[in-house]
Amino acid sequence: MIGGILVYAETIDSKIHPISFELLGKAREIAEKLGLEVWSVIMGFNIREHARDLIYYGADKVYVYDDESLKDFDVVMYKDVLVKLVREIEPEIFLVGATPLGRSLAPRVAAALDTGLTADCIDLQVDDEGNLIQIRPAFTGNILAHIKTMSKPIMSTIRYKVMSMPTRDENRSGEIVVKDPPKKIDTGIRILGRISRRAVNITDAEVIVSAGRGLKKREDLKMLEELANLLGGVLGASRPLVDEGWITKDHQVGFSGNTVKPRLYIACGISGSPQHLAGMRDSQIIVAINADPSAPIFRYADYGVVGDLYEVVPKLISMIKRVKGVGGS
Amino acid sequence: MGRGFRIVVLIKQVPDIEKVKFDFEVGRIDRSSAPAETNPFDLHALEAAVRLKEKFGGLVTAISMGPKQAESSLREALARGADHAILLTDARFAGADTIATSRALAAAIKKLGEFDLILCGEKTVDGDTGQVGPEVAELLNVPHVAYVSEIREVAGDKIVVVSDMGDKYLCEVKLPALLTVTRELNAPRLPTLRDVLSARKKRIEIWDADALADYEDPNRFGINGSRTIVVKVVVPGTEKRKGIILRGGDAVEKLFNILEEGGFARP
Repeated sequence: MIGGILVYAETIDSKIHPISFELLGKAREIAEKLGLEVWSVIMGFNIREHARDLIYYGADKVYVYDDESLKDFDVVMYKDVLVKLVREIEPEIFLVGATPLGRSLAPRVAAALDTGLTADCIDLQVDDEGNLIQIRPAFTGNILAHIKTMSKPIMSTIRYKVMSMPTRDENRSGEIVVKDPPKKIDTGIRILGRISRRAVNITDAEVIVSAGRGLKKREDLKMLEELANLLGGVLGASRPLVDEGWITKDHQVGFSGNTVKPRLYIACGISGSPQHLAGMRDSQIIVAINADPSAPIFRYADYGVVGDLYEVVPKLISMIKRVKGVGGS
Repeated sequence: MGRGFRIVVLIKQVPDIEKVKFDFEVGRIDRSSAPAETNPFDLHALEAAVRLKEKFGGLVTAISMGPKQAESSLREALARGADHAILLTDARFAGADTIATSRALAAAIKKLGEFDLILCGEKTVDGDTGQVGPEVAELLNVPHVAYVSEIREVAGDKIVVVSDMGDKYLCEVKLPALLTVTRELNAPRLPTLRDVLSARKKRIEIWDADALADYEDPNRFGINGSRTIVVKVVVPGTEKRKGIILRGGDAVEKLFNILEEGGFARP
């Protein structure tokens, strides 16, 4: 029997989180190297129809748990289902997205299975001896650790948006295995409801214009938001502004906020603390605007403008407006 | 809960990440370059524990695993309102990955006896894994809620919290339970001089691996009990970046041209 790499397909509001497809792409690549199959597991309520999508993105076999008892994310219930499945099908490797859900769920599964778990990996490689090497940042993103797991299954959570999205291939075929729903038990957890939605999904933004301590007052965020809008992007912020209550945490970029990887990141009045860098250092193009020429952010930037953001940003805004043909100036 | 809340807070001492130096040439962390501090996320867990104690009565126990010098973080926890402190320290705990760490912490909590709530930070600034909380909950067979940004109410044997999973969810969880908390939860108070002085007089209990032997096999702690090993550590340089500083009166125009060429400022 051929072994497999199991991929946890995360669902949110009965839809598949795109991290699941990224994981399938990576699993496919590792599976080819190690001679394994790619398996996936999906659970929730009214999610059955998505099983085929997982095959189109690379799964050979999909295990489906579709039941009303799995509608809400009850971490204990979900854990029980996964532990039972892993014991039954014995995958070599088990990958979970490093989303808030994945990072709450995977450690419980690993502890129950008494196996190693590597958090928030940004790459997976196979070494010359056929070992899986898991690469992850630590020390607030200042180092990269290469980690090997000595137990089975090897478990990792993988950061969103670091693996490339595989191509959807509707000609791919695979097997769908519908599993019995778990017995309903009282886990002690009740999800009473969603009380707020993330206002912006900054991790999905292609362009981010971020504000830092160089900003003098809350109202000035409007200026940066205008720049962000003109560039088709969203407004970000470093932690001090969130702590001040100027902007909500959805916008926070950095170690204790969101990790982002946009095509363009413009840091305005941000000095570049290790915490902030940890959240944006993988952006494709980094632009820094800061009055202090010795600010660390310039060492991490592709383009830097040493200057007062209150002069630079309005000038930039009017130039973009001119080419876009909006506004008076 | 006539006897009040029994709360355990998990504390880790970490290097001050603002000051720690990284040797980009050798790929090494120079831990001696930075003073140690208490993991900032854990201070929010401790503050929440102390507030619950102030409201409902009870006892707060801080537990840490680490070298002898981690005592200073526990001393800080006592100054900030913990009633007891226990340091798990032994060469046999050293080199632990998250699962081996969680086993030691879970064993210590079992040895303590009954508890209502375990609180810890959502992650640490050195390991960044956020795994120890949920792993401890699993090993103790209690439910957990991660990323708690608000404690709404405590009613009977239930606690109602807000869990920040990107979207925010209202969750009710039956005690005993474990919560991992975000920095949004509260603003930790600074201890007064009197708190600091009285904390100096309190005793910090020291437990070694043998002290936990009734609850976990000491061979499953530390490096022996770890399931993962670090093969190597790389300190990524900053070489990828162009590092072009745009100067002169037309610096903004140059920046604009770069953005336009990159396709960011299309009409």
